[in-house]
Amino acid sequence: MQHAIPVVELGPQGLAMAKAVDSCVHCGLCLAACPTYKTLGEEMDSPRGRIFLMKEALEGSLTTEEVLPYVDRCLGCMACVTACPSGVAYGDLLAPFRAHAEKTRHRPVMEAAARLLVRTTMPYPRRFRSAVRLGKLARVARPLLPPALRPMLDMLPDSLPASAPLPERIDTQGQRRARVALLTGCVQNVLAPEINWATARVLARNGVEVVIPRSQGCCGSLSLHTGEADQARDLARHNLRVFPHDVDAIITNAAGCGSGMHEYPLLFAGQPDEDAAQVFAHKVMDISVFLYQLGIETPPPLPQPVRVAYHDACHLAHAQRITAEPRSLLVTVPNLTLVEIPEGDLCCGSAGTYNLEQPDTARQLGERKAHNILAVEPQVIAAGNIGCIMQIRKHIRGQSQALPILHTITILDRAYAGLPLLSE
Amino acid sequence: MALETLISELTARIPPERLLQQRPQLAPYESDALTSLRARPRAVLLAGTQEEVIDAVRLCHAHRVPFVARGSGTSLSGGSLPIEDGIVIALNRLNRIIALDPRQRLAVVEPGIINLDVSRAAAPHGLYYAPDPSSQPICTIGGNVAFNSGGAHCLKYGMTANHVLGIKAVLPDGEVVQLGGASLETSGPDLTGFFVGSEGLFGVALEITLRLLPKPEAYRTILASYDSLAAAGQAVSDVVAAGLLPGAMEIMDRLAIEAAEASVNAGYPRDAAALLIVELEGEAVEVDAEFAHLRRVIERSGAGEIRVAADEAERARIWKGRKGAFSAVGRLSPNYIVQDGVVPRSKLGEALQRIEALSAAHGTRVANVFHAGDGNLHPLILYDGRVPGALERAEDLAGEIIHMCIELGGSITGEHGVGMEKRRHMPAMFSPDDLALMSSVRRAVDPLELANRGKMLPAGQTQVTAGQHEQAVTDHG
Repeated sequence: MQHAIPVVELGPQGLAMAKAVDSCVHCGLCLAACPTYKTLGEEMDSPRGRIFLMKEALEGSLTTEEVLPYVDRCLGCMACVTACPSGVAYGDLLAPFRAHAEKTRHRPVMEAAARLLVRTTMPYPRRFRSAVRLGKLARVARPLLPPALRPMLDMLPDSLPASAPLPERIDTQGQRRARVALLTGCVQNVLAPEINWATARVLARNGVEVVIPRSQGCCGSLSLHTGEADQARDLARHNLRVFPHDVDAIITNAAGCGSGMHEYPLLFAGQPDEDAAQVFAHKVMDISVFLYQLGIETPPPLPQPVRVAYHDACHLAHAQRITAEPRSLLVTVPNLTLVEIPEGDLCCGSAGTYNLEQPDTARQLGERKAHNILAVEPQVIAAGNIGCIMQIRKHIRGQSQALPILHTITILDRAYAGLPLLSE
Repeated sequence: MALETLISELTARIPPERLLQQRPQLAPYESDALTSLRARPRAVLLAGTQEEVIDAVRLCHAHRVPFVARGSGTSLSGGSLPIEDGIVIALNRLNRIIALDPRQRLAVVEPGIINLDVSRAAAPHGLYYAPDPSSQPICTIGGNVAFNSGGAHCLKYGMTANHVLGIKAVLPDGEVVQLGGASLETSGPDLTGFFVGSEGLFGVALEITLRLLPKPEAYRTILASYDSLAAAGQAVSDVVAAGLLPGAMEIMDRLAIEAAEASVNAGYPRDAAALLIVELEGEAVEVDAEFAHLRRVIERSGAGEIRVAADEAERARIWKGRKGAFSAVGRLSPNYIVQDGVVPRSKLGEALQRIEALSAAHGTRVANVFHAGDGNLHPLILYDGRVPGALERAEDLAGEIIHMCIELGGSITGEHGVGMEKRRHMPAMFSPDDLALMSSVRRAVDPLELANRGKMLPAGQTQVTAGQHEQAVTDHG
């Protein structure tokens, strides 16, 4: 699509933004893949519509404020990128545009407060843990709270699992085949610390030495995907410094983190840390890809046959094009049968902090996902992203069902340990 | 003002979230898939029910305001380009399947349903909807009806018109009519056929009765590479001369192969000058027998590499590459014009050679990807719109290609429609008398020219006579 975007004025990311607009031919094939278009049925809430709107705003024929409601409603699921024949790098437009818009936008007081609360707690595990506890106390006051804060309370878990912190190094069992560093993440490490333990155990069992830098922090993806570029850079810069260089890979078990860390080169474009960001991003691998490429020991058979529905997290399937690897790992488990979820490429509505900021659309998508999953009658749901796990669990329970939903790596871990899958 | 009166009447009836009037709401509706043309409508109505559509059309008629019906906005000819002093009636939410009768093998659908969703709904009954435009994952049946859309497999099964049995429509004056019905046989004039392909000039389809076909039992898909486009074109003639009727026969040239490979890794031979895709489908016994025959014909046609899809996944990749090829060309060039000319199949080789020569003479790249089996060419003329004069040069080349198609005894459009984009070529294809007759037919249905005004026939053609014609058609800018 032709444009007159002032590329130079927009700084180092201007070129990437303009290129995304350039390569869009407005054919509409992205519409069928877009969760908000499917839900809302209007051009403004479609990928090509948003590209057009962002283009108009960057060119100055519409104001940023005018287009933001529609850009805000984008889940950032990148299903459009998978669907796009002409190779539009939509994410290269969206994240920089959000950061660009954030500098000037005006938000209502309560919305700004809610965002501040998210921004200052979620990336910091200790603060987030305290916030979750406080939030549980605040539940009694829910009716008195402003609507902007309510979705957060509704997403809080009933209890936080207690878990010992991971050591700084876990040695391999048997001969060493590789050495990796593990990103423990922020939100996940509070809500489901057992996923990191499972990851470390499965890696060790397969001959991988795991280094867990103690001073590591949030990878910055949450901030990056919500337009908080400065915070994202600060967080990322810290990890660029504290992660060791002498590892074969930097492993993440959260789809959003993996996708965000792969975006570091664009985030640091034209900045002093650009080279370090390139090297780091190059090493980042989702746990499923790493294990698939390494080749894993076949686990013992499950005590009884289990039907598992694998849910494609958007930040794995679309943002990183990872669909085959997790499935291949799961089917190595004897007695495990995979079932495919209808509309499997459609977002579950979690999308980072989307379910907090756009609760209505998130709820509709969550219900649709739960309905699709239940249609194929699995006994267990597998997913490779904590956000999806929380969202799907909530909506499966909303349908009065109690299916266990486990991280892919947890399933492997339990299979190795001979533990049943049919409970959380 | 009539337009503002209409808007205030609509505002009274339709909630604001379904009557779009603000700048950022309207901007994304300015273009369909032909982005060189833009027009911002006064409002977009996201119709929720058939009654709302009927109401809106009646109000437009009462106030003499033109309207454009729109599905998913995938027209390559600007068929759903809005009118600045008019409204858009968006039908994409009107997407119910009203009835699906596997015994009678038909479905009654609303116009906003997506083409592929009809096949998805029919699949559990072993049925499908045959016409398969490349945009089938998103294009709507309403748009398919308006433009008599084709697709790769229309070689064997015919275009949309061959699959529409009946239409309930609201005419431009607000009258609701039922054309045709559930039966293949109708008495009297074929009014359904009259409506299909009318590019929205006769009103808005509200319910469409579609034929469904049993899904073929077996497919066999062959890829063959050639060292020239003409050789691939000759192979198509050979296949037909051998008495075979494949489901689809498609050709892609080097540029199209490059773009499609970059997009989906379909496994096309990258060094070929031309690629022929032939697909046989039908009963397994029949397909097996035909396949042996086809293979011999292809082997004798001077093909380089010959490959057969090993499984359904490979077949799907081959088609994904082919069907995404137009859009994938966006990887090669910031802008392009898709042409849609038709030539008699016997002239395919000649036409392709002449396109190559024209491309060289103009110094403008042309990618070719087309329905070879029915002689429907899709030259994609690549240009960079930021270069002054590039669009005009590309349009000149497109015009020469279209005139060549006419000269060879073909047509200016196979399936994309005339829309806005090929309107200027109508006088080369049709005599002034023909055009005057078309205008009078249109005016018999829509005297005020409210429905999709300006598409196919220039607006304001109301009093066109043979003598006045030239001036009227140069009027559109």
